[in-house]
Amino acid sequence: MDSHATAHSEAHEHPAHLRHHFMDAAQQKESATFGMWLFLLTEIMFFGGLFTAYLVYRNWYYPAFVAGSHTLDIKLGMFNTLLLITSSFTMAMGVWCSETRRKSGLVWSLIATIILGIGFLGIKTIEYKEKFELHHVPGTSFSAASFVNPPLDAQGKPKDTPLAPDMAIHTEVYFSLYFAMTGMHAVHMILGIGILFALLYKSAKGQYTTGHNTTIELFGLYWHFVDIVWIFLFPLLYLISRH
Amino acid sequence: MDHISPVLWQFLVKWMTTFAIIPPEASTIAPRMDALLVFMTLVSIIGLTIVALLVTTFSVLYRKDRNPQATQIEGSTLLEATWTIIPLGLFLIMFVWGSVLYFRIFTPPANAMNIYVVGKQWMWKAEHPGGQHEINSLHVPTGQPVQLTLISQDVFHSFSIPAFRVKREAIPGRYTTVWFEATKTGTYHLFCTQYCGTAHSAMIGEVVVQTPEDYKAWLASSTSGISLAQNGERLFSSLSCGACHNGQPDARGPNLANVYGSRLTLTTGQPVLVDEAYLRQAILNPSAHITQGFAPIMPTYQGQISEEGLISLVEYIKGLNSNYRIQQTTNTSDLLPEGPDKPGKASAAQGVTK
Amino acid sequence: MSTNVLLPDQTTARVPKQNYITKENGLMSWLLTGDHKRIAILYLISLTFFFFIGGALAALIRLELLTPQSDLMASDTYNKVFTMHGIVMIFFFLVPSVPATLGNFLIPIMVGARDLAFPKINLLSWYLYMAGGLLALYAMITGGVDTGWTFTTPLSTHYVNTNVVTTGLAAFIAGFSSIFTGLNFIVTIHRMRAPGMTWFKLPLFCWANYAAAVLMVLGTPVVAIAIVLVALERTIGIGVFDPTKGGDPLLFQHLFWFYSHPAVYIMILPGMGVVSEVISTFARKRVFGYSAVAFSSVAIAVFGFFVWAHHMFIMGISNYAALVFSLLTMLVAVPSAIKIFNWTFTLYKGSITFETPMLYAFGFMGLFTIGGLTGVFLGVSGTDIHLTETYFIVAHFHFVMVGGMLMAFLSGIHFWWPKMTGRMYPEKLSQLAAVVTFIGFNFTFFPQFLLGMLGMPRRYASYPPEFQVLNVFSTAGASILGVGYLLPVLYLIWSLKYGQVAGDNPWQATGLEWQIQSPPLTENFTEIPVVTQDVYDYEWLERQKEHEVTHVG
Repeated sequence: MDSHATAHSEAHEHPAHLRHHFMDAAQQKESATFGMWLFLLTEIMFFGGLFTAYLVYRNWYYPAFVAGSHTLDIKLGMFNTLLLITSSFTMAMGVWCSETRRKSGLVWSLIATIILGIGFLGIKTIEYKEKFELHHVPGTSFSAASFVNPPLDAQGKPKDTPLAPDMAIHTEVYFSLYFAMTGMHAVHMILGIGILFALLYKSAKGQYTTGHNTTIELFGLYWHFVDIVWIFLFPLLYLISRH
Repeated sequence: MDHISPVLWQFLVKWMTTFAIIPPEASTIAPRMDALLVFMTLVSIIGLTIVALLVTTFSVLYRKDRNPQATQIEGSTLLEATWTIIPLGLFLIMFVWGSVLYFRIFTPPANAMNIYVVGKQWMWKAEHPGGQHEINSLHVPTGQPVQLTLISQDVFHSFSIPAFRVKREAIPGRYTTVWFEATKTGTYHLFCTQYCGTAHSAMIGEVVVQTPEDYKAWLASSTSGISLAQNGERLFSSLSCGACHNGQPDARGPNLANVYGSRLTLTTGQPVLVDEAYLRQAILNPSAHITQGFAPIMPTYQGQISEEGLISLVEYIKGLNSNYRIQQTTNTSDLLPEGPDKPGKASAAQGVTK
Repeated sequence: MSTNVLLPDQTTARVPKQNYITKENGLMSWLLTGDHKRIAILYLISLTFFFFIGGALAALIRLELLTPQSDLMASDTYNKVFTMHGIVMIFFFLVPSVPATLGNFLIPIMVGARDLAFPKINLLSWYLYMAGGLLALYAMITGGVDTGWTFTTPLSTHYVNTNVVTTGLAAFIAGFSSIFTGLNFIVTIHRMRAPGMTWFKLPLFCWANYAAAVLMVLGTPVVAIAIVLVALERTIGIGVFDPTKGGDPLLFQHLFWFYSHPAVYIMILPGMGVVSEVISTFARKRVFGYSAVAFSSVAIAVFGFFVWAHHMFIMGISNYAALVFSLLTMLVAVPSAIKIFNWTFTLYKGSITFETPMLYAFGFMGLFTIGGLTGVFLGVSGTDIHLTETYFIVAHFHFVMVGGMLMAFLSGIHFWWPKMTGRMYPEKLSQLAAVVTFIGFNFTFFPQFLLGMLGMPRRYASYPPEFQVLNVFSTAGASILGVGYLLPVLYLIWSLKYGQVAGDNPWQATGLEWQIQSPPLTENFTEIPVVTQDVYDYEWLERQKEHEVTHVG
């Protein structure tokens, strides 16, 4: 592959990575960057539908949203947020390493990003499991009983204000949005981690430290976007009326 | 419509109905709707004719045989302005006229007689205040504004009476309203126009418009013996609503006498107008509709009352102007058998014994 | 009647030996191609296939409606037939039609590039389209869907037991195909124009597809999430649209129509682009008011995002919301009117001939005007109350989509057929087909306006007997229309072998695509052109011919 690439570029003098339909490398890079920003715009519209639904229902069923939000573990959520922000940092490091042709730096940055991403997903799995056990997963197993009669803490006082039964059933809407939004986010993370593995493999072979690092840069954009979505999701889902 | 010669208008309408382009006009709003439709059709025909004439004329005058060399023309700002402003102006006229019409149709007059319609797969159930029930038909008198309060028990349906030119969606979970005043006796089509599943095309019926005398006679002959409000009172009692809503000064629930049509302030501070929709919501989702000064202890009746039951309760509360009968029956509801999830009982057990 | 056509001497002319079709042989060279022209042909074949499936379903509908009773098939079956007709025609024919075939083929050439910005993503979008289409067919064969193409909740979430999720997934996948096509177009038009090709030298076809691409990119994700939520509600019972759990079925309507209204502009704008090109060529004049037409495409795209609730006027939105959406709908109608007038005045002092593409373009102008004006009937909230949910709506959208868009598609296919294949189609037969289509179309759909006025609801398998006469007219027209659509398939395929050799520029048109060979080389241009001439520059073309320069680049 490498020898063909070199022979090819000797044949008509352009970098190996330049595709034939572009006039020069600058046009190719500009086009790819523009394309990625457009794609991220579609992602904003996609999540936008979910945010719209969230806005409407939070407005209508605020007490149910408060109660639902209080059942989420804020420590795990904060830790996850930290993991993701750090992974954005490691990804940015990776982009810099790729620009400055530091192969081992790039590889380690990608590995770190993958580990942090997997850590995030691991904690999400723990959270989801807990929700399942508490019958907070929407569907046939959902039960709003714990909101009508909240569990008592050590002093015998209810851990949260009890909800009237007709408001309590609306917690299912809250959890529907919780699972839809964090689930969609998780899907995007899983896809991102999959791509990261592919990028890791190619980085180890030196493909992204040749001065042509558009792929890493654009993936970095995607990864930062997934991070930003989480930064919106976290306060909206976890931090409703916390004191 | 008022400005067109009545003779010309009658002729136009007769011609159009005979040649079956429009349904018969059987309501007060129908001529208004038809007037706008005629205007829009005329404008459309004129517009289309202008375009067709221009295209045909240019095609003949400037066909290649006759005009072998084309003249390159950039454009004309004047023409652009003309054919932007004139269509926009015409559309805006239609917009204003049509919006007035829309507001007219969806703003019922105060003296409208209310009939409830419940749509379900695949039939329409109409409930007159006097307790007359109809399935797939609707009897109404001429000369009387009638408001339909619609709701669906399952999916979206749409109640359409082409002869009246009115149509409204029946939505699960909330009331929608539309009104009309019938003008011509006769029988007209009633359609469900929102696709609702297998027998959507069978969800049709007839609207029977009668003279006021005939309508009275029909009411008398088809009564089920108990009006909606009476049925509502029966439900009110059997569900023990009076345990809290008994009109006493220390009552756990707000006084319902004369509450319909009044303005309340909720515990959230939000002011509400007590209409049918509010009453229905308050029964199904009470915790979001707590009147200021009261505790949020009302249980929900979601799943325990049908839409017809809700309609009866709403009608009952609408007509309630004293708590006398409630207070008379409250004494007996405490003697009802014990049960762990009896709604009224649970709240009665919470504190005050009687 | 004189003609615009100038063909090379048929005794000596040959289709150029080296072109994008002969470049490589074998199925895999087509299935793994990055060449935008080959991908366009792949789309053309698959689109035709799905069109005829949708057409067969339409035939079943019209046959059932010959009689007032529901006697040809069970109501459930009829409901599945009209649902699938809508889904196939909208998602697998109309939305991709012009962009995926003509847009893919021509936009790189029109801007002076060798390919679209992302050839692999272009190929991926075809595979996604095929995956979605085949999944939809699978859903159809294994039980069908009967929710209507609008998937109205709670019917689709709780009250039917047909293949809603599978079909929704198929539409979801096809949506990605659409997004990737739009993305490709936007980046290509922004970044890959040849030197000298400024925005205002772009053919109006590019402007139109650009506006449609913006709509694809911004609108499609919203319907994607609406479909996902319906699927989740059906499978695991989340409560977002279920009133018994506090959800709101109207929220689905908002999310659905937020895409589906711009979707109709995605469908029509590329067709309008075709009409601009065709009318200019066959009147031998630049389009009257080029900037107005270009900006009106953009205006339609922008305004198109703000009118969605005009599909919900009677659904319980507040009177004031109806007021706002109705006003905005009046505004979105104006740019379309501007285009019609500009095209009309392009004919003024032109030198007009009436070849098949021009006949289809005229058909478009007449039928789209009717369809668009009847849209105003529906956009005015008051009259919408009487006309909505009836056959008036069905007639309206068929006039704009079939009378408009499909005619524009056929116009474009005929216009660029010589460029894509190197061959001419038979002119007399094609003119006949165009006329047959026009007549058949009017017979089919005009009676439906009257049916709607009379109050006949849509999606009815059976109807009151007094509606029968108009329905019979409509079905009769449909059978004529079917012939009109079948003919082109037959003679276009015939022309591949027996059609006259077209040469580079049989229509003597302007535009970069007509300055290269037919069919084009894989790399489009031997040298990237430097654009000095204006768009629709017939004077430049004259000078070119005088100097007998037959190739640019």
